Amino acid sequence: MDGNLNALTTIFTEFYYWVTVVFMFLIHVGFCMYEVGASRARNHMHTLMKNIMIIPLVTVTFFFFGWWIYWAFPNFPFWGGLDTEAGAANLPWADTMGTNASDRITGVFWAAFLLFSWTAASIVSGSVIERIRSSALWVHAVMIGSVWWIIDAAWGWHYGGWMVRILGYHDAYASGVIHAIAGGYALGVIMVLGPRLGKFAKDGTPRDIPPHNPWLLTIGIFLIYTGFWGFYAACNVPVISPEGIDGQITGVTWTATNIYLAPTTLSAITFNFLMSLSGGLMAAYVVSKGDAFWTFSGGLAGVITASAGNDLYHPIQAMIIAAIGVVIVYNLHYWVERKFKLDDAVGAVAVHGYAGVVGLILAGFVLWGVPSSPYEGYATINPIGQITGAVIMFFVLGFLPGFILAKMQAAAGVLRIPEEVELQGLDYAEHHAYEDAKAAIIAADKEELEARGVAAK
Amino acid sequence: MSTNGYTSWAVDLADVGAIYPFQGFEVPMVIIGVIFWIGWHRIQFVREGEHLEKARHTGDEEKVKAQLERY
Repeated sequence: MDGNLNALTTIFTEFYYWVTVVFMFLIHVGFCMYEVGASRARNHMHTLMKNIMIIPLVTVTFFFFGWWIYWAFPNFPFWGGLDTEAGAANLPWADTMGTNASDRITGVFWAAFLLFSWTAASIVSGSVIERIRSSALWVHAVMIGSVWWIIDAAWGWHYGGWMVRILGYHDAYASGVIHAIAGGYALGVIMVLGPRLGKFAKDGTPRDIPPHNPWLLTIGIFLIYTGFWGFYAACNVPVISPEGIDGQITGVTWTATNIYLAPTTLSAITFNFLMSLSGGLMAAYVVSKGDAFWTFSGGLAGVITASAGNDLYHPIQAMIIAAIGVVIVYNLHYWVERKFKLDDAVGAVAVHGYAGVVGLILAGFVLWGVPSSPYEGYATINPIGQITGAVIMFFVLGFLPGFILAKMQAAAGVLRIPEEVELQGLDYAEHHAYEDAKAAIIAADKEELEARGVAAK
Repeated sequence: MSTNGYTSWAVDLADVGAIYPFQGFEVPMVIIGVIFWIGWHRIQFVREGEHLEKARHTGDEEKVKAQLERY
């Protein structure tokens, strides 16, 4: 680090990302609470373990290869070869991927991306509860968390990614690169996995499977909102000079930027996060006729819809875009459920997938002609680029890989739990020693109480 | 002798890079890490398969009914 200003900037940036990572942990806590609250009592432990183990499995694989993919794949395979030079410092055996006094950024930057990886995997986890084998889900978690989403990030969420350069793709807070891809992936998996027993009546009418614990759901989604604040901050470069950007920005004014190194401010994204949350909540309340859980999820779907352009939108635009997204998402969810008999247990395909797609498309119109990057020669933001981007995120990198892998697992008989086990509940099946021990000690205590009562008389 | 190459911190930090122990063994460490990861999946996959197969036949009907009632 040469010079005190550079040193201070580096230390500030290191600390900034570190704080965002801690905040983003709350997203995973929220997802765990939401899933457990939505599952029935006989599946609680299994549901929790399924999501918790995403953390270590995605973490180690993101260390082994996910992080390298981000740096090596921005133009691979269609627009150039692997960027081995940029990738070299991010290989798992590079000396910058460890305790290194001359590198203070790689670890925290890696972690900020890693937390997005957990989120992508956790979104899929919610839609498949109560009937998927843990082993099957964990392979999907590694694939979406450490392979597919990070390829899309290299292509469309990197200052040099080909989608940004050629399509003018703009997705500042990850409507597509996290939410559309994860929703699409979840759709691919549940199409093969099938619905939970009893979800559809014999005539095909869907049955509601109400949450076991509505309050756990409520706290869960509020924690997801909270973590989302950290996510927004993590998507920015906190402070950088025009010289540091090395693009076309003139003058000497330092700024925060989005992931493409184009200018934005923390103030802007604070306005827009809150206004899109509000637009989403209000629209969802109206469209769901005050259903609590759709209203909460609508807040999230609203933010996700507006996220693609929340670095630049006016707050009122963010609010309206969020509201439009929520109305589409709500209606599409029920139409797909009835038409295709799909059981998306927590509405993840809708709240993340459809909202992400709608958000990308709307950003293409609202930000039409705005520069996607501070670098020369990049396409400007446009509807065709955004629609193409939405198809790549939701369908090509999300739906297809999820569907194909789930088909392979189903063919091998390792995707879904046996029906007998689904009925008795995974907790009983996997933890029956615990259930039996619990029943035995309760019976013993009752016996003791009865005996004392008799003795007292 | 020092496992990270430093026996004193009387150094100019501008000249200091990696400070973790056993530098030069990064590739073998990665290989060990990958074996640990793949091995974990294998162990879990086999155990879960055996367990679910057993569980198909262990459900006592009364207990299963009680489970359903718990919601």
